[in-house]
Amino acid sequence: MRIALFVTCLADTLFPEAARATVRLLERLGHEVVFPEDQTCCGQMHVNTGYPDEALRLVRRHVRVFAPFEVVVAPSGSCVGSVRHQHAMVARRAGDERLASRAEEIGRRTYELSELLVDVLRVTDVGAYFPHRVTYHPTCHSLRMLRVGDKPLRLLRAVRGLELAELPEAEQCCGFGGTFAVKNADTSTAMLADKMRNVLATRADVCAAGDASCLMHIGGGLSRLRAGVRTVHLAEILASTEDEDRAGKQARREVRS
Amino acid sequence: MTRTFLGMPTTAPRGVGHLREGEPFPAAARRGLADPQLRRNLRHATTTIRAKSGAVIAEVPDWQQLRAAGSAVKADTMARLPELLEQLEAAVTAAGGTVHWAVDAVEANRIVTGLVRAAGADRVMKVKSMATQEIGLNEALEAVGIEPVETDLAELIVQLGRDKPSHILVPAIHRNRAEIREIFLREMPDVDPGLTDEPAVLAAAARRHLRETFLSTRVAVSGANFAVAETGTLAVVESEGNGRMCLTLPETLITVMGIEKVVPTWRDLEVFLQLLPRASTGERMNPYTSMWTGVTPGDGPQAFHLVLLDNGRSAVLADEVGRQALHCIRCSACLNVCPVYERTGGHAYGSVYPGPIGAVLSPQLTGVADNASLPYASSLCGACYDACPVMIDIPSILVHLRAEAPHPRAEAAAMAAAAYTMDHPALYAAAQRAAKLSRLAGPRGRGLPPPLSGWTASRDLPEPPPQTFRQWWAQR
Ligand code: SF4
Repeated sequence: MRIALFVTCLADTLFPEAARATVRLLERLGHEVVFPEDQTCCGQMHVNTGYPDEALRLVRRHVRVFAPFEVVVAPSGSCVGSVRHQHAMVARRAGDERLASRAEEIGRRTYELSELLVDVLRVTDVGAYFPHRVTYHPTCHSLRMLRVGDKPLRLLRAVRGLELAELPEAEQCCGFGGTFAVKNADTSTAMLADKMRNVLATRADVCAAGDASCLMHIGGGLSRLRAGVRTVHLAEILASTEDEDRAGKQARREVRS
Repeated sequence: MTRTFLGMPTTAPRGVGHLREGEPFPAAARRGLADPQLRRNLRHATTTIRAKSGAVIAEVPDWQQLRAAGSAVKADTMARLPELLEQLEAAVTAAGGTVHWAVDAVEANRIVTGLVRAAGADRVMKVKSMATQEIGLNEALEAVGIEPVETDLAELIVQLGRDKPSHILVPAIHRNRAEIREIFLREMPDVDPGLTDEPAVLAAAARRHLRETFLSTRVAVSGANFAVAETGTLAVVESEGNGRMCLTLPETLITVMGIEKVVPTWRDLEVFLQLLPRASTGERMNPYTSMWTGVTPGDGPQAFHLVLLDNGRSAVLADEVGRQALHCIRCSACLNVCPVYERTGGHAYGSVYPGPIGAVLSPQLTGVADNASLPYASSLCGACYDACPVMIDIPSILVHLRAEAPHPRAEAAAMAAAAYTMDHPALYAAAQRAAKLSRLAGPRGRGLPPPLSGWTASRDLPEPPPQTFRQWWAQR
């Protein structure tokens, strides 16, 4: 299948590894990935901060760039939520009904990674190998805007070597919420503290999620605590294979010797 | 008398009632965040209610259909609110009641104090009511020498403690047993000095304290959970039975009701009487459901007045996106699941309506400029939308109201610049490179200026990677 990658501005700029892993994974599964280079940002930050009129130009761009593709994937639940639920709203607000219906169409063919794999490509075992104790934070927008349910967990359970640790109060928000983390920094920090406490209680060495923004938040907190828990995007786990793991270890051995 | 829906809808007036924040939410929240006892009380209470409510909701196989039905009845009601209110007025009048229309808090308070005085009373007993809290009725009564006595246990605790309610359903949720005992010892004249902090002992003390009031007070003031347009029937649901005492014992009953509480038919009640108790207290049915229609000679109050309160509701109704907030049946489920409410407590919202519904309702009733920080008092996690028994899309209303809130000039400029940059891929790529090269943020972002320093006070920023994705793609 030919799949267009909507990389999202955050993954592009700060978490390219999540996006590269998405490409690697889909190609390994035999699909063709295309990257329309005129894409930038879905405008979620603008909409959620109260600037829908500024977001309008980004919605227009997004619709123009992704109109030609049958299937679009993004390694971010909240950005898919934005495309699926906010773009049409922004267009309608501006009185552009035609743009709204085109945005809705694109929204219907834009998938978060676990949705694409399980619902569209119909695969739960992607042949991955990841020998770590992993806990999964489901992220609010994947959970409640997209209703991805247990798809990420089904994918993780099929990963060889991976030991899945259940996260207490998993469905509670980590407190990121885009500009919420800045505008209500103290409340956000209190929410993050509880999330980290729950992550640490799992004794996992990796906390995974399908959204770079939540990972940035939780990871930023854990890093400040020097907690020794890594945050890793779901795509990176699914893209890891036994071959790569062996090659990696080999390379490290060579460096050391 | 003023009729609603004539002329331009106006927002709730300033200087009266309890709808406006004294200070912005982030500042007010800090007090709650810094109080570990409060956070323990809240966490314990909300976790308990959540579990109870979740269990009884799981018993109902058609919960989602019930929610949809509740939402549909409300949407239909809002679409023909003027007509339904006139029908209600006619039915109440035909049953021997008197209907008053109050355009705002000032007018409602004037009507109620006038009625109490006309009845020759200097004390009224009160049934727990959000509408009278909203308009500051107690203060208005006290100002003219009438003593209001709250009869709901939690409301009484708040009143005796000269405190403010912090939850829709459990106004004293922020208080623990020891604090309540202190308040009773201090404020109840004939209380047993050996009072313990057992809940049953505290409840009994309150009951003894209230009994004399119930038997000797001739006027009661209530709110209403529902009003049935077709029959003119008012309904109050509660758990303690004190409300029923107020609704049946006095000679005069005055009910203050927000105009959105009307439902078209008796049959529509069926839906809400299933939704409300399960979502709000985790009960299958309300222990006390009191209903009355006008007056019945020789039985119950012999004079009944219904005050229909607008106080900004017409303005909410005029907003296509925001009007959903009027569907609220005040169950408080959204408060109990909200991670922000759980940590800050209800006082941070500065209004009698705290939590997610408060964050959308208060700014709409007052005009967004008067409660500008409330639409931002949410991480948009969506838990409130899932919990709401009438499916109010609170996150969408929050986002909608943010667009109407006044914006800080620097933020607006930054947002405009970001949108412009992101609409020009070449500029965007340049900005990505600049962000990486300049490293203004210092190691792990710790040197960021305010307001971004709010982020780095407790979290590290990721190290910018050596290569953006698009650079990698271009070289591949
Ligand atoms: S908004 Fe919904 S959940 Fe919140 S109090 Fe109102 S009815 Fe209950």
